[in-house]
Amino acid sequence: MTERLDGPAPAVPREEETSRGGAAGPADTPRTTRRLGPSPAVAIAFLLPAAVLLGVWVVYPIVYSLFRSLFDASGKGFVGLGNYTTIFTDAGMLTTIRNNLIWVVVAPIVVTTLGLIFAVLTERIRWATAFKLIVFMPMAVSLMAAGVIFRLVYDEAPDRGVANAILTTVHDTFSSSQGYPEARPREGAQSAVAAQNGGVVTKQAVQAGQPVLVPIVGVKPAAMPKNARPAKAPTGGGGLAGTVWFDFTPGGGGAPNQVDAGEKGLPGMTVEAVKDGQVAGTATTAEDGSFRFEGLPAGSYVVRLPQSNFKAAYNGLTWLGPTLITPAIIGAFVWVWAGFAMVLIAAGLAAIPRDALEAARIDGATEWQVFRRITVPLLSPVLLVVFVTMIINTLKVFDLVFIIAPSSVQPEANVVALEMWRVAFGGGNNQGLGSALAIFLLILVLPFMIMNIRRFRRENA
Amino acid sequence: MTTATATAAPAGLQTGAPRRGLAGRIVDRVGSGVIQVLMVLLGLFWLVPTIGLFVVSLRTVDVNNAEGWWTVFTKPAELTIKNYSDLLASGFTSSFWNTVAITVPTTVLVIGIAAMAAYAFAWMEFKGRDTLFLVVVGLLIVPIQIALIPIAKMYGDMGIFGSIPGVVLFHTAFGLPFAIFLLRNFFVGIPASLLEAARMDGAPEWKIFVSVVFPLGKPAIASLGIFQFLWVWNDMLIALVFANTESQPMTKALQSQMRQFGSNVDILSSGAFLSLIVPLILFFAFQRYFVQGMMAGSVK
Repeated sequence: MTERLDGPAPAVPREEETSRGGAAGPADTPRTTRRLGPSPAVAIAFLLPAAVLLGVWVVYPIVYSLFRSLFDASGKGFVGLGNYTTIFTDAGMLTTIRNNLIWVVVAPIVVTTLGLIFAVLTERIRWATAFKLIVFMPMAVSLMAAGVIFRLVYDEAPDRGVANAILTTVHDTFSSSQGYPEARPREGAQSAVAAQNGGVVTKQAVQAGQPVLVPIVGVKPAAMPKNARPAKAPTGGGGLAGTVWFDFTPGGGGAPNQVDAGEKGLPGMTVEAVKDGQVAGTATTAEDGSFRFEGLPAGSYVVRLPQSNFKAAYNGLTWLGPTLITPAIIGAFVWVWAGFAMVLIAAGLAAIPRDALEAARIDGATEWQVFRRITVPLLSPVLLVVFVTMIINTLKVFDLVFIIAPSSVQPEANVVALEMWRVAFGGGNNQGLGSALAIFLLILVLPFMIMNIRRFRRENA
Repeated sequence: MTTATATAAPAGLQTGAPRRGLAGRIVDRVGSGVIQVLMVLLGLFWLVPTIGLFVVSLRTVDVNNAEGWWTVFTKPAELTIKNYSDLLASGFTSSFWNTVAITVPTTVLVIGIAAMAAYAFAWMEFKGRDTLFLVVVGLLIVPIQIALIPIAKMYGDMGIFGSIPGVVLFHTAFGLPFAIFLLRNFFVGIPASLLEAARMDGAPEWKIFVSVVFPLGKPAIASLGIFQFLWVWNDMLIALVFANTESQPMTKALQSQMRQFGSNVDILSSGAFLSLIVPLILFFAFQRYFVQGMMAGSVK
């Protein structure tokens, strides 16, 4: 919430002002109030506290920063525009500017679009107020707390971070989940299996009633699934069946190629029955490592564990790594600001005259046409306000980047507002360059400042 | 929240449906079912991160490092308030009170000073008034960064660097443009007749301000107060620069623990949750003013 909502404030005139006619403000009625109004001295007295605070804390610093930005770190050596040259040539600074560009291009569009979608969809549900409260709630929370929240969400381990937990769950629903990287068959004369093309095959063709033993070694402790249960030597029964297990007895002992007590099955392995080079049947090992091909025609098959079993398991994305850090933080930003966009756009939506929409529907327009041709054009002033507010906020973004990006990744996630702090206070101690960055930030928001002033003048003329 | 869409909700579906016949109605029904499900998912998407923080704050570091917070549904026995009792014992309470000591005076000062200025801008005649107000409009979006270095130097020279008054004054100054803008726009809507009557009676301006303008401005002042309170309560940047370890608010105290996120997750999660309790209570209690303030500040 350090980024304020006040950006494009005067963009749209207040209704009271424009519609109130009779009891208008002083802009319209200076002559009637002048006689009764107080003397300028009284006005000055009322304005003085604000003028002093704004003058000393806001206006003077702009002048001072402009001046200070022309000097070096010590403040003694005049460097002219040297600090500004640094901003546009230093490799780290260029990364910073590139990140700000990504922010400005992506975040406002996503927030505004999402806000529009939410605002339209909430009109279709009964529990709209509850939904709005939930989505709007992050606005009240500090960006510091939001940062902590998203550090937890983006935790890389899928069993801790909720983002990767969801990703791996979705991924595993659609493809084989279990990976046993670097595991391999126990080979040798005694073994019934051998390695082939990165997978495992039985040396001889096997058939139903002839249990298939597939001993595997080299399973990394980290890759051992938590749900693995002690392996069971296969006992007869119908169909082609067998066991894939980790042929290693913890604490020593146990015979190779035999299922010993304490040895665990390897669940989640894909097992294929192959005949004449064609896959005739597929099975997956159970928690005790056993598998059984159901409904397989009698005959002899080669049993194969395809290579896919021996790839690393899918563990989601490295959200907080150098490549994804900016999109990840933008995600947190969207979480914070979507509610703001939604509430403003919903208010705009409520103000659209229903007649216009009705007329179009009666003329046979589809809902999409109504939305595209009437709703969106009528909403465009509000959409613009939201969009511009978000641009200003993304230019100033600081807290979220500072908190979510781990310090080792901060150079890759850096933005101008953060770099300004780092250079001047966070160890850099270069107030010349820091001032130049502050001025640069001011220049970035300057067009919006001018836009605000011009709109306000136009609407109050 | 309340202002937004209550009236709009049913219109679209009701009027669209009857003309379209059975097929159309089935499409609408299915469509509305899809929307319901979608909205539930989206709602969860927005709610889950905060729930995660809350659950993490109620489990020990070891449990948190071993498994995800969602296992709480199968292992509720692992919940504990130990993190909170540790946090309170560790001196975090002093940063809580620092936050209060920074936020409350700032909010009062901003309201008082801005209301005076806004009254002058709205109802007094003086030379350069409109130009001056345009300056205020321009200052609305000045980035805080611009003042960090100059004011740090000034505070250093004055010897108030690291003090709570220094932090309060900085916040107050940067809160003023929005506050003046919001209140001035509200004050110009006060019926002129009320003020003229008071002036005719010969009441001094300060008295009109206190007994007429201020009471009439209450809705706008309430909105402003909530916003200002939340901004200052939630600020980190200003605290980071101008507060020291004695005067630091919660945000700064927590930030200093961020480097070892994994091992400090107990303090960070419980501290972050404590820091957002007050804003959330305010938000739910005064959401009407919150939304009104936001609207007045951006669109109308």
